[in-house]
Amino acid sequence: MNLHEYQGKHLFAKYGLPVSQGVACDTPKEAVEAVSEIGGDSWVVKAQVHAGGRGKAGGVKVVKSKEEIREFAEQWLGQRLVTYQTDANGQPVSKILVEALTDIDQELYLGAVVDRGSRRIVFMASTEGGVEIEKVAEETPEKILKAEIDPLVGAQPYQGRELAFKLGLEGKQIGQFAKIFVGLAKLFEDCDLALVEINPLVITKQGDLLCLDAKVGVDSNALYRQKKIHEMHDPSQEDSREAEAAKWELNYVALDGNIGCMVNGAGLAMGTMDIIKLSGGQPANFLDVGGGATKERVSEAFKIILSDDNVQAVLVNIFGGIVRCDMIAEGIIGAVKEVGVKVPVVVRLEGNNAEKGTQVLADSGLNIIAATSLSDAAQQVVKAAGGKS
Amino acid sequence: MSILINKDTKVICQGFTGAQGTFHSEQAIDYGTQMVGGVSPGKGGTEHLGLPVFNTVREAVEQTGAEASVIYVPAPFCKDAILEAADAGIQLIVCITEGIPTIDMLYAKEYVDRKGVRMIGPNCPGVITPDESKIGIMPGHIHKKGRVGIVSRSGTLTYEAVKQTTDFGYGQSTCVGIGGDPIPGSNFIDILALLQDDPETEAIVMIGEIGGTAEEEAAAFIKDNVTKPVVAYIAGVTAPPGKRMGHAGAIISGGKGTADDKFAALEDAGVKTVRSLAEIGDALKAVTGW
Repeated sequence: MNLHEYQGKHLFAKYGLPVSQGVACDTPKEAVEAVSEIGGDSWVVKAQVHAGGRGKAGGVKVVKSKEEIREFAEQWLGQRLVTYQTDANGQPVSKILVEALTDIDQELYLGAVVDRGSRRIVFMASTEGGVEIEKVAEETPEKILKAEIDPLVGAQPYQGRELAFKLGLEGKQIGQFAKIFVGLAKLFEDCDLALVEINPLVITKQGDLLCLDAKVGVDSNALYRQKKIHEMHDPSQEDSREAEAAKWELNYVALDGNIGCMVNGAGLAMGTMDIIKLSGGQPANFLDVGGGATKERVSEAFKIILSDDNVQAVLVNIFGGIVRCDMIAEGIIGAVKEVGVKVPVVVRLEGNNAEKGTQVLADSGLNIIAATSLSDAAQQVVKAAGGKS
Repeated sequence: MSILINKDTKVICQGFTGAQGTFHSEQAIDYGTQMVGGVSPGKGGTEHLGLPVFNTVREAVEQTGAEASVIYVPAPFCKDAILEAADAGIQLIVCITEGIPTIDMLYAKEYVDRKGVRMIGPNCPGVITPDESKIGIMPGHIHKKGRVGIVSRSGTLTYEAVKQTTDFGYGQSTCVGIGGDPIPGSNFIDILALLQDDPETEAIVMIGEIGGTAEEEAAAFIKDNVTKPVVAYIAGVTAPPGKRMGHAGAIISGGKGTADDKFAALEDAGVKTVRSLAEIGDALKAVTGW
């Protein structure tokens, strides 16, 4: 789960990290009023969406008057911001962050992730802030400094100082950086983050460090114990079908093709998408109904798949390990009857009670194509969807 | 021979009296697994499925001599369950539960390593040595004792590979699902090393998926250490970057961890790769000459 910049900065502030004074606003009126609270004569207004590249897309602006703030807020609130990281529809803007303007001397980068290789939380720091860090990592990997956090002792100030000296910081900045480093590590563990990035972490003209942006990703598996963070969830930033699927504990990811897929198991779901493509088709989605699929969930899964207008055929691929194929078959029949399916449905059932499941489908009198193998299923569904798309 | 488990491996179940623990323990007992008891705090002294229930893993180990434990407890309690098993002298922990917070696994993995305890999972189907012992949630009947070792990050994909090796008549020595999480207890290399040393394993099927660099690391290991024929399939060629495909580990981030990268690394290591998961059996036939 991702957070908005203003939410991330709120967490930063709680952990003693320096952030600009700012107000997140829902209306142009609030945005204009925010400046009296913030003070000063120049501000930055930033559209709040879950995507990078906002600046280039016009979603971030330096403003010098209340009129400019009103214009910006009226331009963006309720609209969608398209950046290089979003799809063509962009992300909806429902909040504007108004902040005091910072005089920037230098832009740095500081981030942390759970590194699978070392099985540690790893911090990355670079003097190349404000740009795409992936590019820096690829083109000039020596410019990325790293520090691993030992799970037994946690982040230590010396590790922060070491990074600070290597970044070329001096004087009071060393202590400031170490404090940010230790605070961020504590935040990472306390709040079950999966990713945090401060890009840029700036040195102001006054020589102080300041977190100018905040990108925070939270481990979805840990939301049960992160109630306050869970409340920050903004479903408007997600695909509506993905959000609906999540309600039913289904893993759904929308894609661009025309063949809907319903599969049990994440790996097999990916494998099924791949074999569709290999057979000349294009998958419309990834959907894992999971091991504990119930009749109701299968039925909901079917509805979600069919709510995508691009879907011209559906492939159901179930390898019944724990789940019983006859139960899946009943779920399919229930959904087909309830929703009124107009597209061809190809079903391949294997494993637990597969024959019984196939029989249930055959007896249903519905227009369902039974496939004999996975390759057969893929070819049948590609054909049913109108061949190569 | 086989790896990790055999007909003599004594197994307990943590979360024994819960719905998952009960269902899968019954299946395991039916399969012939040496289940010797289970742990459900507060229910010690009772009996479940004809086996003794203990309050703690330590008691269970002391009284049954259990060497392996399978964990079905809910995700919020898994870190505790793993640490308890490691502390009680269990040598092999198989954690089936999915949805464990990554930070919990950072600690748990560190701890089991320190104790010298082997762990499989979490978020995995478990381990099976056909006709001998089944620890996990895989359907026993699709397996057949034989000569292919299977290691996989995905549950149902493992079943596909199992079915094909069974249908071709090759059978399996041991199948290990290492799980789809970012921090697994054992990785490909750990299991590949065991399969390479196992005389019963004549060929290896490795099933990976997008995300991380575990397959690339496995490829480097295979190049230097594995002399047995290896067939590999990687799921997720069609997965777009930045989208998490179900498994917490299955996400292409920063352009790293694509299926194409992994295929290339494996091919460079002399592994026979297949682009369609329906071709695993055929590929095995081709590389082994069986």
